[in-house]
Amino acid sequence: MYLPLKLPQNPEQRPGYMPVLLPMKSHAAPVGVGTMVQSFLSTKMGLFVLAAFLISLGAASYAQAASGAQLGTIALLWKWTPLLAKGFGFNVLISILSMAIGTVLGVCLGILQVSPNGIIRRVAWLVTQFFRNSPWLVLLFYCILLIPFEIEVFGTTIPFPGWLKAVIGLSLPVMAYMSEYMRGAIQSLPSGQWESADSLGFSRGQTMRMVILPQTVKRLLPPWMNLYAVLTMATPLVSIVGVDEIMSFARAALASENRVDLLIPMYLYVLCWFFIYCFPISGLTRRLENRFAVKS
Amino acid sequence: MTSVEAFFEMLYDVHGINVTIGYDSWDRGQFLDGLWLTVQLSVLSIFFSLLVGAIGAWAQGSPLRIIRALVGGFVTFFRNTPPLVQLYFFFFALGTVLRIESDTGLAQPLVSNFGWAVISFSLFAGAMNTEIFRSGIEAVPNSTIEASYAMGFTRLQTYIYIVLPLAIRISLPSLGTNLVNLVKTTTLAYALAVPELLYVSAQIWSDQLNVREMMNVLLLSYVGLVAILVWILHRWEKALRIPGFGG
Amino acid sequence: MSWSEDKPIVSIKDVKKSFGSLEVLKGVSIDIMKGEVICIIGPSGSGKSTLIRCINALNDIQGGSITVEGREVHDEELDKLELRKKVGMVFQQYNLFPHKTALQNVMMAPLKVLKEPKADVEKRARALIKKVRLEGKENSYPGELSGGQQQRVAIARSLAMRPDVMLFDEVTAALDPETVKEVLVTIKDLAAEGMTCILVTHEMGFAREVADHIYFTDKGVIVEHGAPEEFFDKASDPRTKEFLSQVL
Repeated sequence: MYLPLKLPQNPEQRPGYMPVLLPMKSHAAPVGVGTMVQSFLSTKMGLFVLAAFLISLGAASYAQAASGAQLGTIALLWKWTPLLAKGFGFNVLISILSMAIGTVLGVCLGILQVSPNGIIRRVAWLVTQFFRNSPWLVLLFYCILLIPFEIEVFGTTIPFPGWLKAVIGLSLPVMAYMSEYMRGAIQSLPSGQWESADSLGFSRGQTMRMVILPQTVKRLLPPWMNLYAVLTMATPLVSIVGVDEIMSFARAALASENRVDLLIPMYLYVLCWFFIYCFPISGLTRRLENRFAVKS
Repeated sequence: MTSVEAFFEMLYDVHGINVTIGYDSWDRGQFLDGLWLTVQLSVLSIFFSLLVGAIGAWAQGSPLRIIRALVGGFVTFFRNTPPLVQLYFFFFALGTVLRIESDTGLAQPLVSNFGWAVISFSLFAGAMNTEIFRSGIEAVPNSTIEASYAMGFTRLQTYIYIVLPLAIRISLPSLGTNLVNLVKTTTLAYALAVPELLYVSAQIWSDQLNVREMMNVLLLSYVGLVAILVWILHRWEKALRIPGFGG
Repeated sequence: MSWSEDKPIVSIKDVKKSFGSLEVLKGVSIDIMKGEVICIIGPSGSGKSTLIRCINALNDIQGGSITVEGREVHDEELDKLELRKKVGMVFQQYNLFPHKTALQNVMMAPLKVLKEPKADVEKRARALIKKVRLEGKENSYPGELSGGQQQRVAIARSLAMRPDVMLFDEVTAALDPETVKEVLVTIKDLAAEGMTCILVTHEMGFAREVADHIYFTDKGVIVEHGAPEEFFDKASDPRTKEFLSQVL
């Protein structure tokens, strides 16, 4: 639902392939989505936005202090901070679990997308496209409502709580994006790599494991990190399907305080939490991309 | 029509697959209204996000540092915070504060939930479009721009006749991805009770208890909507393609 | 205007140009009369390209003066459009507009800059394409043409503005050897018609054949100049001799 770095499925649309500018290759910086996050993600810009947050919070609090004797908004935010921190912990936990599951499934699916078997290749492609083009929220609903709340395996009942279903729901789009990155990374390697491994007598599996996959790691790292940031920013969606996290706690806090003047500061505060967590990841992604871009 | 309805009734009776929108005209009406609202939401958000992106990219070339910093701040903010929280911020925080007295004396929201959804999505996708357009503009080779100056074109003429046509072509693949994401993001309007496709579908499956069937219909509908958008973008890209490059 | 044809059409006087602390031109003077063809040669990095880019104000200068038809180029008040109508320029990398056909590339500036009627412009553009021997390629896009063909379109594109002076900035340097000739022939035709041409080139044989005067630059100054025969056969400066021994 958000824009992760992605390698378009059509090889002609891959970054660097720019029909318009092909004869001027030397100028044609690839315009992959990943490379465009750049100039404005400087640390300075991050501090600038953060300062804007704090100023708006301060302004809201000042306006409040001028108006009455009630507890100031800053004090109120501080009061609810432990709960929000706990909620954000859930967001982080959900994001890490979804990322882990989605990455493993996505790598497998991506490898299947370059399978020599045409049927496997097509099925893997179809699965990837289906999950990539479905809204995240719909996939979440799908898992929440259609996965049974417990599964019986060999007589033992494994409970399936809502948050676990949500983790699975979020891992599906991650899988699809990862599958696309994987395929793109494998196909971006020069065919000479396959040929030379072939001539040395490696089997296809060996070539994949020992030659191709290690080389894709470097290419996959920046989009993978970007995908993680995108996933983290998607975690508040689970509050819609009834799983606790920072947003649901924040709304509970707002309901119990029932103060109109707290609305803007509270939502800004939640935005702030995500910004502080996600912005450094974006910055790091950019730096890695730049470094790799120079080397390769 | 009746034969179609008969088919879906048969599907239910014989196979137990209950696609109510196939035979129940009330459900179908609801569903189609939701679909139409999703289309409206998408089209309006796409339009305004492109506008935001074009203005943002143009402002980013401003000689004034403060304007560049503001646009950069806008992009950084919207790219690094969750769209759902942005949407809540607009609707529940700003929407509650921004009210006007109506004739009846009651406070009326200035902007409807649909309106806030469009605003929120347009800004979210617009921030990304700003970056996409800007890098498209930057990717136009300097020497091409110089050749244009050497032929007597002014700065504005160069921008209109040379830079923009090339930048659009360069931006198109990334732009397409972003617009597809925008269409998927419209489902978030569910959280504001905007009766779009996801919302009406949820109503139908809670009434009819046909979650499995509606879920699949819903997923296919979105995949279909995205496919239509991708097709349009593809046509556009093809129409803009310049022969002799990369063939 | 005080300019008349017995005065130099382009007059470069003691021009100084630096990029930051790097001084590229350290006082260069050249006069070019109408109808003259001059070639500027010299090792790479000697400032020759910078010099001709200063003539149509693509680069600014820090000292001295350049006049075209008596009008100072490096003047805040200068109407750059007027200057660029008089001075056409062809680049090493052709720099055609990739989204326009050959014909459209040639027609664009007269239509949009000079705002001339389309029918006239098209007629002239077709004639120019014929003149550079590219009949039949009118509707090809730059990407469908070879380097030499693209460069000839670029020449036609500049000529469409009816310039009085043409600048050629190493126009054959990026071309395959077999297509160099077709571009040189085009320039030679142009020179024969009496067009004032200023060329920066590495093609010594061509320079000798076509130029009225040759300037050798090195490290931002003109080391030696003269008519082709005396220049090539009787060069006196050791730097010129060394350069010529390397390229000839």
